[in-house]
Amino acid sequence: MSDSMKLAGLAVITLVFTFLFIGVGLDASNYEYFLSRRVPKVFAMIIASIAIAQSSLVFQTITHNRILTPSIMGFDALYLLTQVLVVVIFGGFSVLLLNPFVNFALSVAIMVGFSLLLFGFYFRNNNGEGNVITLLLLGVIFGQLFSNVSSFFMMLVDPNDFLTIQSSMFASFNNVNQELVYLCVVPLFAVSALLFKLAPVLDVFWLDNDNAISLGVDTRRVTKQVLILVAIMISLSTALVGPVMFFGLLVANLTKEFFHTYRHHTLLIASSLMAMSILLSGQWIVENVFSFSTTLSVVINFVGGVYFLSLLIRQKI
Amino acid sequence: MKKLLFVLVLLSIASVFIGVADLSLAAILAGDTDAIELLLISRLPRLLAILLSGAGLSIAGLIMQQISQNRFASPSTSGTIECAMLGYVLSLVFLGHGDSLLLIFGMAIAGTLLFIQFIHRIQFKNAIYVPLIGIIFGNVVSSAATFIAYKYDAVQNLSAWTVANFASILQGNYELLYIALPISIISYWYATRLSAVGMGKDFATNIGLNYKHVLFIGILLVSVMSASVVMIVGQLPFLGLIVPNLVAQFYGDNLRKNIPLTAIIGAILILLCDVIGRVIIFPYEIPISMIISMLGGVVFIFFIVKGKQNV
Repeated sequence: MSDSMKLAGLAVITLVFTFLFIGVGLDASNYEYFLSRRVPKVFAMIIASIAIAQSSLVFQTITHNRILTPSIMGFDALYLLTQVLVVVIFGGFSVLLLNPFVNFALSVAIMVGFSLLLFGFYFRNNNGEGNVITLLLLGVIFGQLFSNVSSFFMMLVDPNDFLTIQSSMFASFNNVNQELVYLCVVPLFAVSALLFKLAPVLDVFWLDNDNAISLGVDTRRVTKQVLILVAIMISLSTALVGPVMFFGLLVANLTKEFFHTYRHHTLLIASSLMAMSILLSGQWIVENVFSFSTTLSVVINFVGGVYFLSLLIRQKI
Repeated sequence: MKKLLFVLVLLSIASVFIGVADLSLAAILAGDTDAIELLLISRLPRLLAILLSGAGLSIAGLIMQQISQNRFASPSTSGTIECAMLGYVLSLVFLGHGDSLLLIFGMAIAGTLLFIQFIHRIQFKNAIYVPLIGIIFGNVVSSAATFIAYKYDAVQNLSAWTVANFASILQGNYELLYIALPISIISYWYATRLSAVGMGKDFATNIGLNYKHVLFIGILLVSVMSASVVMIVGQLPFLGLIVPNLVAQFYGDNLRKNIPLTAIIGAILILLCDVIGRVIIFPYEIPISMIISMLGGVVFIFFIVKGKQNV
């Protein structure tokens, strides 16, 4: 099967489940209400899929391996921590929080700064054996640390302040953050477009650092650019559907198994479609087959965790 | 050693007298029944629970590090705690109550055995590899536990069970923790054999040890100890990891000599964290698992970065 056929297949799956989510049970009398409930939810999942898939894919390209993804490195826990810090510092009723646009912009700005710091820490004197493993362990521990610090501050803040952030903090697939959905479309498209513009450079980047430099790529600058874009994408997806540790890993690896190409133009589209079809079909199954008796993130963490463990034990890094 | 004991005693006294209800030495000495009741029912059990769980869990970490030949192994980085959680959920779902010792201990032991199998299958032993596999293994097990808990509406029980808090300790519900005493004594007794097992299968067999037998005893000690602490108190992440490493840093690697030291330092650390948790938002309390996991996380990261530079 050629790659374009596979792309078409994934697109069909995505469309079918989008239709199932939005279309089932609609009629002339209820469509206004149903659409107002369903469209934002499906939109949120689509945006989150694209953000997670593309950010994991390019993150793996710039770090030259198959096992690191932003969420495993603690980036989405960092987003939650940023949110909590904003509340702790500015209080629950400041304009910064109540206006979703300002709040989001501020969180993303802080997040980008933080993640550059974290990245600097990770990749300081980065040479030699066993580095990826050290990075992974550091990332996992940092992730745990960030979520612990967040819950620590959550205990400390005023209960009223806490209520104002609660909904945005505990987004999940069953409870997507609907306020932010339309707001996220613009930054998502902007970031995605920038990634597409960078795609040829990323193709060269894939050839390894030294080769990329000798072919005229400013690796440091590109790394930094990509990292900022990744930080924005992670903020988007975490704000909408909450943290999902292993989803990016699953999607990025499945895409690379499935599509035999190294061109980022194709891979970016492919991974986005892959993520959308998995997320929409998975959530549909959770809602209709399991009738909400589980959450998709639990399933993804289980499957992704087993996959990750098998990668580690077979040492296919 | 003497200084450490002195610090421990000092902190213990402080711990007894910190709390929402006023308790003064004068009242106890004067024979005030309310004061004595408060002391016996709430404050002393809490202190004992803190000391026993801190010491016991640290020793469990020390043994784990010996038998897995890895200084970053511990009950919280090997899936043991998460398997105990799974056992708890199973017990809750199938037996209707959450205190089937058999299921909880059994799952913890099975999980630790599985983890030891994992790391024996890995060929090259990178110090960093083992905790990473352990943590991810723990994640997988805990998402399985959450899955079952979600299905049977037990998520709240599960999270209440695992958040460590000494505030709920009263006379009558912490006594299982005394298991730390026999475990410490047995570990002390077996110390040299456990060290020998840590040298590897061939070495241990060569000097006439039943490798599997001793390994299993080690796993048994670790699992039962850490499962009891999760049952009574909750998760105390990283404690079993950082305390033995701190001890090794200052006092070297003699297992038998280190067991008492590890116990004392573990107890001091937990006591300190508990006092901090009680003072920060007085009269409310911050669960100790938060404080210990922040502290432990930072120290662990420090160890990793430092270890990397030494290599």
